[in-house]
Amino acid sequence: MSKGSPSRGREDQTAGRTTINVTDGTLIPSKDEGGLLSSWNIGFFGAVALLVVLPLISPDPYLRILSFVPDGLVATFSVTLISIAFALMIGLFAGLGRISQNKAINRIATIYVEVIRGIPLLVQLFYIYYALGPLLKLQGPPAAILAMSICYGAYMAEIFRAGIQSIPKGQMEAALALGMSRSLALRKIIIPQTVKVILPPIGNEFIALLKDSSLVSILAVSDLLRRGREYASTSFRYFESYTVIALIYLVMTLFFSRVVAFMEEKLRHRGNVH
Amino acid sequence: METYIEIKNAVKTFGGTVQALRGVDLTVKKGEVVLIIGPSGSGKSTLLRSVNRLERLDSGTIFIDGECVTDEKADIRHIREEVGMVFQSFNLFPHLSVLDNITLSPTLVLKQGKEEAAATARRLLAKVGLSEKEAAWPEQLSGGQQQRVAIARALAMNPKVMLFDEPTSALDPEMIKEVLDVMTNLAEEGMTMLVVSHEMGFARAAAHRIIFMDAGQIVEEAPPETFFTSPREDRTRRFLEHIL
Repeated sequence: MSKGSPSRGREDQTAGRTTINVTDGTLIPSKDEGGLLSSWNIGFFGAVALLVVLPLISPDPYLRILSFVPDGLVATFSVTLISIAFALMIGLFAGLGRISQNKAINRIATIYVEVIRGIPLLVQLFYIYYALGPLLKLQGPPAAILAMSICYGAYMAEIFRAGIQSIPKGQMEAALALGMSRSLALRKIIIPQTVKVILPPIGNEFIALLKDSSLVSILAVSDLLRRGREYASTSFRYFESYTVIALIYLVMTLFFSRVVAFMEEKLRHRGNVH
Repeated sequence: METYIEIKNAVKTFGGTVQALRGVDLTVKKGEVVLIIGPSGSGKSTLLRSVNRLERLDSGTIFIDGECVTDEKADIRHIREEVGMVFQSFNLFPHLSVLDNITLSPTLVLKQGKEEAAATARRLLAKVGLSEKEAAWPEQLSGGQQQRVAIARALAMNPKVMLFDEPTSALDPEMIKEVLDVMTNLAEEGMTMLVVSHEMGFARAAAHRIIFMDAGQIVEEAPPETFFTSPREDRTRRFLEHIL
């Protein structure tokens, strides 16, 4: 028998059981994949190289495409960042609602999470923009942000709930025994401890949202994908346009996946010490 | 001595079937140290945890210093300020330094000033022999040190009674003594204490009364000298054979 290989960092064995960790964000590179030929390096630097080399060897159309899409990039990032901020707020409250001892609040939060997670994001975007359009009278970008915030808020709620529930029960009991109220204990004892647990999955949701933000291009939002489509439909250079768009998304998500991995590593090493 | 804790006919069932407490009466006088022993599942921890309402009784009443704990309208937070509790698993707050663990509740709940709370915390750390650890993080301490910090943290609220829920069960043998020494000192200072523990050395040295519980009821209670030498009940004798 050969010696067992060291366990991969992404398996959580703290509770004595192994949980697998597959997320919808992107593959988070683990530390053992640090080599020059790691899949992350090939993907990231390959994509960057193509984005540099293609415009050099064939400025028309690649350089034209590259200079056409930057305002789409701005739109993509603003939609993503604003949505993630709202989703975090919704998620915190819905997550607290999911563990609330108040039956009504608990029920409302659970229904919200179940309903939203059961409907595809694209359908939710259509629903808020077209079905509720006459009622809400929202332009494309606010409708897109509203739909993405509500959708991702449900996923964030589950992250907050799981994070809070991962803190040992004795922490809340110790705080209560010291005369703290439940809400004070949540603010001062429980939530500060969950931050460490939930930052990586939140980073993942951010990457997933960045990718899903391409869906808003159908709501007359001039994001990255829509700018690419506009260029393609006037120049008929479909292959070149969508190649550039795909490469830009790839560079962004791989870059942020590395940031999340770096953050996870930092948090792991710091242990409980702040 | 005046009565401090008065438990009357405490009944508690878990999950509709497991009877943890089946009608327990117990009074603890001011300054008294009462030790509860019994096999696991006898309800001793449940009884202790219902004193500051970490467990809610199904029926029965508990009074602390004349205040009714079991009344839903009681100001339970105020009662808990006066009831210190020490847990088997220490439950220090891992994201706070030792000093902050101790000062957090006095500043937030009792509204003490930072300086005042820190001065009290340092005095208590000296008392439990850990003055040099005030800047340490809980994870840097041994189990015995963590438990002593937990005792200091409970004492910082200036409680009138201290509850100990198996305070040494999670400790390596060589660390048990340092925690028991702190508890014995506390008993000698006249603190009212209710202790769930099987530490017979502590029982002999500090307890005024031993309560033996089995199957949710108090089987026998006596001062330590008679309890260990001439237990009245068969069940007590059998249990003592196991642990002595």
